[in-house]
Amino acid sequence: MTREESVKLMTDKMAKFVAHIAKKLPDDVVAKLEELGAQENAALPKVLYETMTKNQNLAVSLDRPSCQDTGVLQFWVKCGTKFPLIDDLEALLKEAVVQATFAAPLRHNSVETFDEYNTKRNVGKGTPTVFWDIVPNSDQCEIYAYMAGGGCTLPGKAMVLMPGAGYEGITDFVLDQMTSYGLNACPPLLVGVGVATSVETAALLSKKALMRPIGSHNENENAAKMEKLLEDGINAIGLGPQGMGGKFSVMGVNIENTARHPSTIGVAVNVGCWSHRRGHVVFDKDLNATVDTHSTVDLNQ
Amino acid sequence: MIEIRGDKKVLVTPVSAEDLADIKIGDIVWLDGDLMTCRDVAHRRLVEYGRELPYDIKGKAIFHAGPIVRKIEGTEDDYEMVSVGPTTSMRMEKFEYEFTKLTGVRVIVGKGGMGPNTERACKEFGAIHCVFPAGCAVVAATEVEKIAEHHWDELGMPETLWCCKVKEFGPLIVSIDAQGRNMFEENKVIFNERKEAAKQAIYPEVKFIK
Ligand code: SF4
Repeated sequence: MTREESVKLMTDKMAKFVAHIAKKLPDDVVAKLEELGAQENAALPKVLYETMTKNQNLAVSLDRPSCQDTGVLQFWVKCGTKFPLIDDLEALLKEAVVQATFAAPLRHNSVETFDEYNTKRNVGKGTPTVFWDIVPNSDQCEIYAYMAGGGCTLPGKAMVLMPGAGYEGITDFVLDQMTSYGLNACPPLLVGVGVATSVETAALLSKKALMRPIGSHNENENAAKMEKLLEDGINAIGLGPQGMGGKFSVMGVNIENTARHPSTIGVAVNVGCWSHRRGHVVFDKDLNATVDTHSTVDLNQ
Repeated sequence: MIEIRGDKKVLVTPVSAEDLADIKIGDIVWLDGDLMTCRDVAHRRLVEYGRELPYDIKGKAIFHAGPIVRKIEGTEDDYEMVSVGPTTSMRMEKFEYEFTKLTGVRVIVGKGGMGPNTERACKEFGAIHCVFPAGCAVVAATEVEKIAEHHWDELGMPETLWCCKVKEFGPLIVSIDAQGRNMFEENKVIFNERKEAAKQAIYPEVKFIK
């Protein structure tokens, strides 16, 4: 394969993947929604879960995006320094989004700031967003693709606490955000929390946390304990599906953390809505793609 | 008119104030008949600039939504609904009292809660606000039988007034009833109480800074 052919092949695979994510929720989200829905017995939450399931089935059978807000595309890339297309990656991801926008079709969700016009191609200055992690001595490339809808982006918030506020302060910060904004972000939510030093370190971690599978745990014992405490605490509020009341509020709480400055605790929260459209794919050096979030797609065909 | 079909309570347009009298917040209803998409600019045109709506919605329903429509091939000017999901109703809150008064709309459909202006409108003029489940745009689109008329096309696809004929459109969850009760506001009080209790339970468990 020439370089040009390789770039085209990977672009096509990513375009197909993005379009698929818009129409089909990942396996872990489907399973969790089923689990939560099955435990509701009041009429209202039951009917809501039934409608949500019906919608996801119709989206597949009619081949349409399941939610009209297909979000702004964000890619989290963990790229090996020896991956053959490392130099082309950012440009080809942009091209893949344009392709998917017309093929799927996706809503036009890229408005240039200051000039304030919609590019009508779903890409613009800095969109899709590409976050880079470089992996030394590897020849493969891992990509998380995420559709950040408007409703579930709104609750995002970061701030820096004084250490005196402690983890109790983190608890307040996260829970307060759930009853003010989380409510309208289409629960049950997946909640991502970042704990670090400053606003940007915490904020990035809070989004990264949303890429983790539902039901996974932070490897630090205390952090994992806090994930569970927050999950149970937010569930006890009983936001229910669509924030209209029910037995649960969230699909899970994922915390990502780093060390911090002794004088600060940076904390951030980000949420994914019930329609949590994220996918994970790994390309090897020959561009064979392995998807582990969606058993419903094979990008190599 | 109200029709009971199996376990479904269906509002059929034109809807009267009496039809809504027994409907309470938290009830689930469905809609047959006329539903017009109507959002920010259309509200502003009517309420701020005094421009009359080109379509009569007295006794009918509006939907706070910006849909994706597709031209039906082989026709001059006919469209079909591809995807239509509710948008945040709160953006229309500042217009909704006047809007309801001027138009005589009976059923307002959207996403999330609305505030005191809409509560007052529902109570005074006999109307309700309902929520269509968000993120269920394909379900909503398939419950639109056809787009009968469209107006103010110059506003672009999301803001155009798409006048739809719908069949068992729903589920619609009543969030403000014709007595002016507001489900979101009542829930908020409960959610906040439970939140405080949850915090107190977590605090002693997270004293990681010794
Ligand atoms: S929050 Fe999610 S499900 Fe709700 S409207 Fe936005 S993208 Fe769709």
